[in-house]
Amino acid sequence: MPIIETKNISYTYSGGTPFEHAALREVDFCAFSGEYIAVIGHTGSGKSTFIQHLNGLLKPQSGQVLLLGEDIHSSKQATRRARFNVGLVFQFPEYQLFEETVARDIAFGPRNMGLAQSEIEARVARAARFVGLSAQQLEQSPFDLSGGQKRRAAVAGVIAMEPRVLILDEPTAGLDPQGRAELLSNIDAYRRETGAAIITVTHSMEEAARCATRVCVFENGRLVMNGPPAEIFAGGGLLEGMGLSLPAPAQIAARLRARGLEIPRGIYTVSALRDAVLSLREVK
Amino acid sequence: MLRDITLGQFFPGNTIIHRLDPRTKLALTLVYIVALFMLKSWSGYALMAALLCAVVFVSKISVRTLLRSLRAIAVVILITALLNVFLTSGTVILKVWILKITREGLEIAGKMALRLIMLICGTFLLTYTTSPLALTDGLESVMSPLKKIRFPAHELAMMMSIALRFIPTLLEETDKIISAQKSRGADFETGGILKRARAMLPILVPLFISAFRRAEELAEAMESRCYHGGEGRTRMKLLRMAARDGLALILGGLTIAAVVFANKLP
Repeated sequence: MPIIETKNISYTYSGGTPFEHAALREVDFCAFSGEYIAVIGHTGSGKSTFIQHLNGLLKPQSGQVLLLGEDIHSSKQATRRARFNVGLVFQFPEYQLFEETVARDIAFGPRNMGLAQSEIEARVARAARFVGLSAQQLEQSPFDLSGGQKRRAAVAGVIAMEPRVLILDEPTAGLDPQGRAELLSNIDAYRRETGAAIITVTHSMEEAARCATRVCVFENGRLVMNGPPAEIFAGGGLLEGMGLSLPAPAQIAARLRARGLEIPRGIYTVSALRDAVLSLREVK
Repeated sequence: MLRDITLGQFFPGNTIIHRLDPRTKLALTLVYIVALFMLKSWSGYALMAALLCAVVFVSKISVRTLLRSLRAIAVVILITALLNVFLTSGTVILKVWILKITREGLEIAGKMALRLIMLICGTFLLTYTTSPLALTDGLESVMSPLKKIRFPAHELAMMMSIALRFIPTLLEETDKIISAQKSRGADFETGGILKRARAMLPILVPLFISAFRRAEELAEAMESRCYHGGEGRTRMKLLRMAARDGLALILGGLTIAAVVFANKLP
């Protein structure tokens, strides 16, 4: 059974006014335990509206959101369960830090869940380990941390709720390359150790290609493509037609193919491209 | 949820009311308020109401929008009217228990309510038809003679326009922070006053920090473009009085005269 599932959800902003704007149209989606799903699409394609439906921040005007088979809007308790089981990290989450120490800020979510003090402390420690914050940093004020560390503290604040689905909206925006790589591997470690599903909104095709087990493409409020990265990044002009680009390795592969080199289709990572190019040399 | 605030909203348009010089509109609004408080007779009220309706019609501002702006102070109007109805002495026309309704009370209450409604509608009309930028430019220009006594007219106007500019930004920011904290299970809806007040903390702290951050960034951006206050500063769009402004001001003067005259009628 999928952990989370949307059935035919639609959402319109400012319905009934001249500013009416359909942000989501009839989206069917499901995520299973252990998946790493990259959500891509143009600005304004409905990605952000979509992820806010998954933890019940927005209520679909038609259709249903099911968490483990239960409609998250069927009761107040169900919505609250969705909040805790579906962790949502917003864009630039470091701007919501507010507590006196990093540890207290990370504990905000677990405290709201009504957990025992010992359990809260255990979770804070675990979450800090996932994102690589030291015990000393936990006792600092979040406002004394560097930008990258603040981001990690904020992500830890959601991870500490130990959600079964972790959603991140452009988690690496504005980080340096090293910070990016570290955060992505932290998130992946969380997925591997807990079996949670990860859903991340990203503008970086390379990131989607490197991490994701599945890619969902949104356009105009619709989920237009949904499949493994090899399929989505196979080329053929569909993505480009939506104003999106292929990951750099897939672009290089396509150009080499155009020059008559025999590079197989479905290559979208640097290592696969390297192997393909090297095997060409062996044939010669 | 925070987007429904209409206070000080501007509805762009190209009517003669929109095109009037902001200084003219400020002056006329002042004249209008003075005239409202000079009103005594019903014919005067009728005159002002007709005037208001005419301006609303010409400015093409929807009546519904205007009435919606009244909602905020509906309670104030109601309480004022009720107090006047019951507490004015005069000829009693209805008596229930210790509450007396007098003819004079009804009249005063009616006039008071009308006056307040027209006051609100008129002043809202100013902000509905004048862009915040034009309004602050106008205010600066009107206050500029005070610069001689070292009154910081330019700085005040700049502060006003910056404050207005940041209202939508901060509203959006607040919305975002609320969503983020809700995602961490923050509960703003249940509990007593104390618990709810404490629940605001996770919103207010990030909001203040981001407001300060934005202020700092803006100050830096302004300074790197050599902003140093109003001294010697010129503008791209100069405020110029046109013939229509003269006409409008004459109409304003006539209104005062008409009110004085109407006060002599029943």
